[in-house]
Amino acid sequence: MTSLPATAPAAEFRALRKQFGRLTALDGVDIHLSTGRITALVGPNGAGKSTLIKCLLGLVRPDQGTMLLGGAPIGTGWEYRRGIGYMPQAPRFPDNLTGREVIAMLRDLRGQGAETDEELLEWFGESGALDRPVRVLSGGTRQKLNAAIAFLFRPGLLILDEPTAGLDPVASGILKDKIRRVRDAGATVLLSSHLMAELEELAEDLIFLVEGRVRYAGPLGGLKERTGETGLERAMAALLRRGGA
Amino acid sequence: MTTTLRVLKYELHNVVRSRAVLVYTVFLFLLTDVLFRFGGEGPRVVLSLLNVVLLFVPLVSVVFGTMYVYSAREFTELLLAQPVGRRSLFAGLYLGLALPLAGAFLAGVGLPFVIHARPEAGLWGPLGMLLTAGLLLTFVFTALSMLLATLFDDRAKGLGGAILIWLGCAILYDGLILLLITMFRDYPLERPVLVLTLLNPIDLGRVLLLLQFDTAALMGYTGAVFEKFFGTSGGRATVLVALAIQATVPLLLAGRVFKRKDF
Repeated sequence: MTSLPATAPAAEFRALRKQFGRLTALDGVDIHLSTGRITALVGPNGAGKSTLIKCLLGLVRPDQGTMLLGGAPIGTGWEYRRGIGYMPQAPRFPDNLTGREVIAMLRDLRGQGAETDEELLEWFGESGALDRPVRVLSGGTRQKLNAAIAFLFRPGLLILDEPTAGLDPVASGILKDKIRRVRDAGATVLLSSHLMAELEELAEDLIFLVEGRVRYAGPLGGLKERTGETGLERAMAALLRRGGA
Repeated sequence: MTTTLRVLKYELHNVVRSRAVLVYTVFLFLLTDVLFRFGGEGPRVVLSLLNVVLLFVPLVSVVFGTMYVYSAREFTELLLAQPVGRRSLFAGLYLGLALPLAGAFLAGVGLPFVIHARPEAGLWGPLGMLLTAGLLLTFVFTALSMLLATLFDDRAKGLGGAILIWLGCAILYDGLILLLITMFRDYPLERPVLVLTLLNPIDLGRVLLLLQFDTAALMGYTGAVFEKFFGTSGGRATVLVALAIQATVPLLLAGRVFKRKDF
């Protein structure tokens, strides 16, 4: 496990702003992810969820604000990404490579061959998918490869964007169990999903973004309490209505 | 540096196995082979291949390159989320694209010469220039495709730009020069035309090849000026340097855009 200091939050955003032309994607976001917990990232379409994730990954450069990982500011370097595992929303892998080659490439790039977590990799390879070109794999099998890559290097922080999309119920259950297990082992998870049931099942904390601003950040139960609703979906709708009035 | 090589290794695997690169190689091979079979001697085959190399190689390089970079977009994002620097990743992506295309050209055009051509004195110079021009044009136009695909997020814009650049260099540019010459025919135009020629990679390739065949005499007075300038070893070096610059500048620009880009 790439360990993070237990005292500091796993990741922290301070006054993060990002503008795309006229569109304000992030408008002063101040939040943190508690170490060893699963945090749900929710919000309507275009609320800035992707931008927030991409800032943390270094794919998008924020205009203002700072980000800290394990208490240390993320500079312009890339070394900090050793501690991060990322599962993008709609992955596409090089068409003519096999799963085995894609994995080998990432192993080479990371140069962290020694202590990898191959559990999901074995799961992906079960039906001989490892040696077939990625382009012939089904969407669900590709998603398994996507998951296997994210968990492979035992990251201290996992960023999962719609992790169960395209997976059948059995596969989705296996992945959710895995997410819980790495959390129990001390990893921090940031989970973005449109499936409220899934979030209620997995997440302990919740960040609710609307139009680039944080509408709610805290324990998942707290949101329901505040709105007096029992379901997460209804609680969020109530919060949206209240904000609009 | 090691990151670049690691990216390059797998990109090579991927691009070499792509059907388009295979078709490109086979097409060049069959064409060259057929030119030999229809009674061509080595030097004549080189001359027949001239327009193929000048028009077809840039078209394939810029269009395939642009399409490839767009199709690799999502995976590039995944790679950028790994602990690697953007600069080395970019270098790996470019080389992984340009080297297979260069290899396909070399194999497709070169192999028939190995099979059919009788070694003769007049062959090596023109053949060497043909291969050099084809390789340099491959590097120039793949660099342009990298620039287009990193500059525009919209695939249609990037592809449109690719085709426009090819049309411009291959067809429109010469038309404009002709127009210029007719409009200003009362003035000595040799120097301006010389400079304009230096700006278009396809024209440079043409000059490089035509001078191998003493056909410059057919181009009249301007041809004589060209011969005087480009025919010297210094002139030839100028052409090669100009082509190298045309490959480097778009690549450096693309690298800058890539480094600052929001994905």
